[in-house]
Amino acid sequence: MKELFKHKTALFSLSIIATLIFLALFAPYIALYDPFEIRVDQILLPPSLKHPFGTDLLGRDVFSRVIYATRISLEVSLVAVGISVTIGTFLGALAGFLGGIVDLIICRFIDIMLCFPTIFLILAVVAYLEPSILTIMIVIGITSWMGVARLVRAEILSLKERDFILAAKLYGASTFRIIFKHLLPNALPPILVSASLGMGHAILIESALSFLGIGVQPPIPSWGNILIEGKETLEIAWWLSVIPGLAILVTVLAFTLLGESLQEILNPKKEK
Amino acid sequence: MFNFLLRRLLTLVITLWGITVISFATIHLAPGGPLSPLTEFNPKITPEYRERLVKMYELDKPWYVQYWKWLKGIMRLDFGKSFALDHRPVWDKIKERLPVTLLINSLSLFLILIFSIPLGVFSAVKAGTLLDRVITLFTFIGYAMPSFWLALLLMMLFGVKLQILPISGLHSVIGYSEMSFWEKLWDWTKHLICPLLVATFGGIAGFSRYIRNSMYEVLRSDYILFARAKGIPERIVIYKHALRNALLPLITLLGLSIPGLIGGSVIFETIFGIPGVGQLMWQAVMSRDYPVIMANLFLVSLLTLFGNFLADLGYALADPRIKLSRRK
Repeated sequence: MKELFKHKTALFSLSIIATLIFLALFAPYIALYDPFEIRVDQILLPPSLKHPFGTDLLGRDVFSRVIYATRISLEVSLVAVGISVTIGTFLGALAGFLGGIVDLIICRFIDIMLCFPTIFLILAVVAYLEPSILTIMIVIGITSWMGVARLVRAEILSLKERDFILAAKLYGASTFRIIFKHLLPNALPPILVSASLGMGHAILIESALSFLGIGVQPPIPSWGNILIEGKETLEIAWWLSVIPGLAILVTVLAFTLLGESLQEILNPKKEK
Repeated sequence: MFNFLLRRLLTLVITLWGITVISFATIHLAPGGPLSPLTEFNPKITPEYRERLVKMYELDKPWYVQYWKWLKGIMRLDFGKSFALDHRPVWDKIKERLPVTLLINSLSLFLILIFSIPLGVFSAVKAGTLLDRVITLFTFIGYAMPSFWLALLLMMLFGVKLQILPISGLHSVIGYSEMSFWEKLWDWTKHLICPLLVATFGGIAGFSRYIRNSMYEVLRSDYILFARAKGIPERIVIYKHALRNALLPLITLLGLSIPGLIGGSVIFETIFGIPGVGQLMWQAVMSRDYPVIMANLFLVSLLTLFGNFLADLGYALADPRIKLSRRK
């Protein structure tokens, strides 16, 4: 933990993430206007003191919408990563610890899932469902656990031959107990790293889906669906396409940098 | 080598089978499956539409009958007929769009390699310098940059502000048929600049980072130390001894990056109005054209599988250590 605050990149990305969480939690107090309020008399106003990020096609305040969208994006990616880390850790631990036929089946399953381009798989599933925030959380979660599963499997494989596991076995600990009490806590560092990288990935996918019209549905604001209007008004309203995109870039960058610095801190062998 | 090939082929067949199962399961097991009560409230799915779905996939029969029928169909490239108004066979629709997507993806893969190898190598050779830091920053931004946003920015810059590049379609519509071959080529090039920039940007970032790390490790290995100790000029050490070994893992990365590239097609083809399979997929999802969705999902994963297989073979040919033992 101490090292985390000494590491400059980690500190930088953590402060961005802290700011984002703050914005998300206190969105109602920070937003200047109701993000859903339509004002026909204030359509497409450029950024000004009254509307720092301008207004959109329906006269809604873009600043307030971008702040609320932070909440939505973080929510979606947090739940999606929660799902993918849970599935990945479970299957990875099972494969690594049990080995043999179970390992073979899970590894093949991972290979097969990796053959599907994520966007295509998500599109195919979403086509059968009503697009909603819950749908995309689940769909992103169940299509992005493979990396975690491979990581955990590799980690468990190298851990399970160690003496302290042998000791636990001799002591008569159950398989369940060995996995959850002894193996997983030691496999936590790489899981944390991939969770942080996964947050960035989930935000990118969520915004891409929303931009394509099958993610978060208007009027609920999302950085991706604000950009839809940005595309329609490319010639006249630059703020509608520049600002939400910048928000995505900064957020994903923060989570990616955090993941990378965590890797450096937790795995000193690879220190550059 | 023969054993290696046999093992790989066996894996290929099993994976292929797995792909058919998952593609099939996606349509039937998705919580909102075509006949689940959820779709009853979906205004886009009328009773007549449901009837057609039932007939087409024989949804009233047991699942194994359905699966077998579907499997027999895809082996003959028969994916049924599109639900769109034209009712054309799905394979015909995909067949005419596949070349465009393959062309753009091969071009972008080529460009990615051309730019990322020097970037990664310089970054590793000059590790710790300002140049390395700038390249590293670029790779992170490249990863975090949403491709559709990059597309919007490019459209804004080249299409609206500078007005020098077209921002939609594959070629001009007006006057295209009167153009000479070279004019047509130039026209295509102009149309492809923005989509290619979008398709390659993230890839260049990811690849150069990977090559940097790989090169960095190789440069610190014993055999490079040995080569240097022998007095071999640094230039030859780097470009001959180190680079060859550092680029080996690139073959695997090429295989692994195929799904990402094809997935990216959905985004840039939709934004730039390019008639490829990515755009077809998006249109099919928006209009719930299930046969097209299923066929697309199956075919792109098949393409990925094939790419991975080639990468595996290439790796085995390039690295003599692989033939003897299994990786992992």
